[in-house]
Amino acid sequence: MGSHGEKRGNLLAKVIVLTSGKGGVGKTTSAAAIAAGLALRGKRTVVIDFDVGLRNLDLVMGCERRVVFDFINVINGDAKLNQALIKDKRNDNLYIFPTSQTRDKDALKRDGVERVLEELKEDFDYIVCDSPAGIEHGAITALYFADSAIIVTNPEVSSVRDSDRIIGILASKSRRAEHNLEPVDAHLLLTRYSLERVKKGEMLSVEDVKEILSIPLLGVIPESESVLRASNTGTPVAFDEESPAGRAYLDAVARFVGEQREMRFVQPERRSIFRALFGRA
Amino acid sequence: MAGNLVQGAVFTVMVVRAGMLHDPGFEFELAGQVQRSPRFFLNAPVVLDLKDAEDFTQAPEFGEAKRILRRHTLSLIGVQNATPAQLDAAATAGLASFAPNATQPARPRPTEAAPAPHHQTAPAAAKARLVTQPVRSGTQVYARGTDLIVTAPVSPGAEIMADGNIHVYAALRGRALAGAGGDVEARIFCSRLEAELISIAGRYLVSDQIPLEQRGLAVQIALVDDRLTIERN
Repeated sequence: MGSHGEKRGNLLAKVIVLTSGKGGVGKTTSAAAIAAGLALRGKRTVVIDFDVGLRNLDLVMGCERRVVFDFINVINGDAKLNQALIKDKRNDNLYIFPTSQTRDKDALKRDGVERVLEELKEDFDYIVCDSPAGIEHGAITALYFADSAIIVTNPEVSSVRDSDRIIGILASKSRRAEHNLEPVDAHLLLTRYSLERVKKGEMLSVEDVKEILSIPLLGVIPESESVLRASNTGTPVAFDEESPAGRAYLDAVARFVGEQREMRFVQPERRSIFRALFGRA
Repeated sequence: MAGNLVQGAVFTVMVVRAGMLHDPGFEFELAGQVQRSPRFFLNAPVVLDLKDAEDFTQAPEFGEAKRILRRHTLSLIGVQNATPAQLDAAATAGLASFAPNATQPARPRPTEAAPAPHHQTAPAAAKARLVTQPVRSGTQVYARGTDLIVTAPVSPGAEIMADGNIHVYAALRGRALAGAGGDVEARIFCSRLEAELISIAGRYLVSDQIPLEQRGLAVQIALVDDRLTIERN
């Protein structure tokens, strides 16, 4: 794979899946942000879209106008990996692997996916898999080869229920589970969190969700307008230094690689004296 | 690519002596047993022991044996202690060959007593099943013929069942069905009652029917005079 620079050496590549069960909770946004965060730390990272037929990752990453070949083409042997991978314009460590829009999830053949992941492992430190919603073939294939899983959950009862379901599926249907290896290590990422709504009792608190799901908390991403802006401009929100959500994602990535970070958006933000003086809400 | 195609496993299977099938009282007794513990016997696998049953030699006889047992929801899957000829006939009827058991205690002759399935387990006798990981939504756990002990939370949308007692040393938020085979003396114990449904021997209460003052508490649930009663532990 000369076109991607030198081979990485002996470090073991890690496959991370972003999954949730529930749709629309922020998997693709988070996959993009986390991949960007890892790249910003100097890790060679590729983010793969597993949502065949409903592809969004290319839009969120801003590379939809550069897609020639896709994941399904490579699985079927119609194209080589280096013809399909798209290098991010903002960071040399970041690559995007889009999927097909015209096919559907039946096109994801497990042995083909395995072959592609093995090839990617030679060149990348992290392989981030953006899973489709649901618990059927597409979602199962996305989580099957994972070493780590980030369970994207909104602080809301249906999302928590579905996240619980997908955690159960990870524990029984992943490759690690089937071969009795060390289990996939699951982390909770709470997205679209609003402290105000929690205080009003409209939203589940972090503690509520942690208690029900019983997996370690990776991060809390606050509800933020910057996320919509990020999608619409094709810029992963982690590249937006002004955005609270972006900063929260960078914190989450830091924790993922082992650093300690305090949870920022769970305590009330200290209001600046000027805001208090001028009575701004 | 895929792991091993064939893996070894150990199963406990009921054994019925072939001679019993000719006994007129057999089906009556069997029906009684099945009725007392229907879940236990539903689709349970059975092996036919052909020791001292030289008259069993034809494939149709094995087919008939299958049908008799199927009438009582049992599934005849194989034979044991068969002669080569009997093995052939059994195979024609789709039955597998099982290794003979080790030395067995003397058994009552067909004309005496009720049929005695080899694998007779009172819930207390078999080892309790222990689950230490959270039981996630959509998961079903069934402790057949014994008690179930869970030391992690049971999620909403999960279902735990046991023929014996159920103990949950954590929050019980899903469905718990004790005495699933009909044992009215089975009980449910939990550290935090938040269940969607609780049941003993088929009688049940849904979450709505559980008194508010008992929710979230450590309780013991038993069947008293055919009604589910919930007591603080």
